[in-house]
Amino acid sequence: MPETYTFQDEVKDLMGLLDGNPINVCIQCGTCSASCPTVMYMDHSPREIIAMIRADLRDEVVNSDTIWCCASCYNCTVRCPRDIKITQMMYALKRYCIWRNQYHHSAIGPDFSRKFVKMIVRTGRSYEPALAPAFMFKYGVRGVIDNMNLGMSLFRKGRIAVIPKTIKRIDNFRRVLNRIIPIGVKG
Amino acid sequence: MRYSYFPGCSLETVGRSYDVSARLAARKLGVELVELEDWNCCGATAYFHIDEILAHTLCARNLAMSEKAGMDVVAPCSGCYKNMRETNAHLKKDLELRDHINVALKEDGLEFSGEQRVLHLVDMFTEDVGIENIRKSVVNSLKGLRVAPYYGCQILRPKMGRENIEDPEFLEDLISATGAEAVDYPLKTECCGGSLIMTRNPVALKLIKNLLTCAAYERADLIVTTCPLCQVNLECYQKKVNREYGTEFSLPVLYFTQVLGLALGIPEGDLLIGSELSSPAGLLKSPAREA
Repeated sequence: MPETYTFQDEVKDLMGLLDGNPINVCIQCGTCSASCPTVMYMDHSPREIIAMIRADLRDEVVNSDTIWCCASCYNCTVRCPRDIKITQMMYALKRYCIWRNQYHHSAIGPDFSRKFVKMIVRTGRSYEPALAPAFMFKYGVRGVIDNMNLGMSLFRKGRIAVIPKTIKRIDNFRRVLNRIIPIGVKG
Repeated sequence: MRYSYFPGCSLETVGRSYDVSARLAARKLGVELVELEDWNCCGATAYFHIDEILAHTLCARNLAMSEKAGMDVVAPCSGCYKNMRETNAHLKKDLELRDHINVALKEDGLEFSGEQRVLHLVDMFTEDVGIENIRKSVVNSLKGLRVAPYYGCQILRPKMGRENIEDPEFLEDLISATGAEAVDYPLKTECCGGSLIMTRNPVALKLIKNLLTCAAYERADLIVTTCPLCQVNLECYQKKVNREYGTEFSLPVLYFTQVLGLALGIPEGDLLIGSELSSPAGLLKSPAREA
């Protein structure tokens, strides 16, 4: 009879590349939540998320919008007295959700990240205007108008490039990425 | 002094004035910034949401190219800097992953060894060039100008066990060297919202509002930033903050290199001061300051 592979184990494995401590050393002090600039917008604080992972509340964690409110400011990470890399844990949870295609209904982050990565693989560079459709329609008509206006103002000031750049050795670049894991692009 | 310079994607578009002013200020201080040839995106935060090893590979390619060029690498964007520094540190410890990535990098004729330093542009000016040298090179003192030093997040964090990350002062030192006054800015290391401006707009707007409120309360003439994302968030979204919160902010937000460049005697136009949506030009020439 194999041992049960819990949600906590899965998260631990997703944080595999890290030097910090596993989340089971958390003492629930709440320093992370108190340091978090966006905690008031989260449905569960970072401290609660850690407790929920340890309680194997998989669905509740995966469907929480906390993960998508994290701005990657690393306040929690540098202050955690137990040296848990909490920002990295949020990245791990984002990967988990995106891979499984299961996340909070209002999250724009997954689509944005997917488009971003596709663009990098295609050109080697990031280009803001190409990313705008990934989010601006989600904010309704107002969002579209605001983004168009901002885009035009920046364009007039010479701050938006008309044509996205592609790196010179793009073929080599794709072959490098393909060597790491085949990602479905021809090298 | 010569460095490999990694501008990053934002500095080619919305952050152009950062790129231009960084190169001019560096040259004025006798530093040669050699742009890394054929650099690729650092992966920002989004790449880490999809795959960690691929994200490290992106940075490893850039690092390997700067190693080949035989210079330490300098990044002006805090996001690029954080990613490159983390990859550099991690691959020095995780030899198995380094070997794996090096096999892939062979496809581009590159190899990573981790023998170089990764510096933020501010580090290069404050540590390598040195505050004293900067002070000596100032020809146009910015006396009377009240500047809020805004650090943001990733220039400082996650940097474990190094200098004071809760209350750093290197930006204040740099501002003081130009003759300007660095105002006390209690929120200087708080977050601007980063890419949440796109994926969670209301959350980012709240953080931006807090930062602007604090700077206005401290009667700052302008805010300086060390990161293109912070600059865009604080500057380009002021109008939206004003609409959402009924405020009337009109605070110029410049890159530290533009303020430094002015003090070094570089003309405003050359530093692309005026490419902001709310121009600080009048402020910098104000008779009150010259008096």
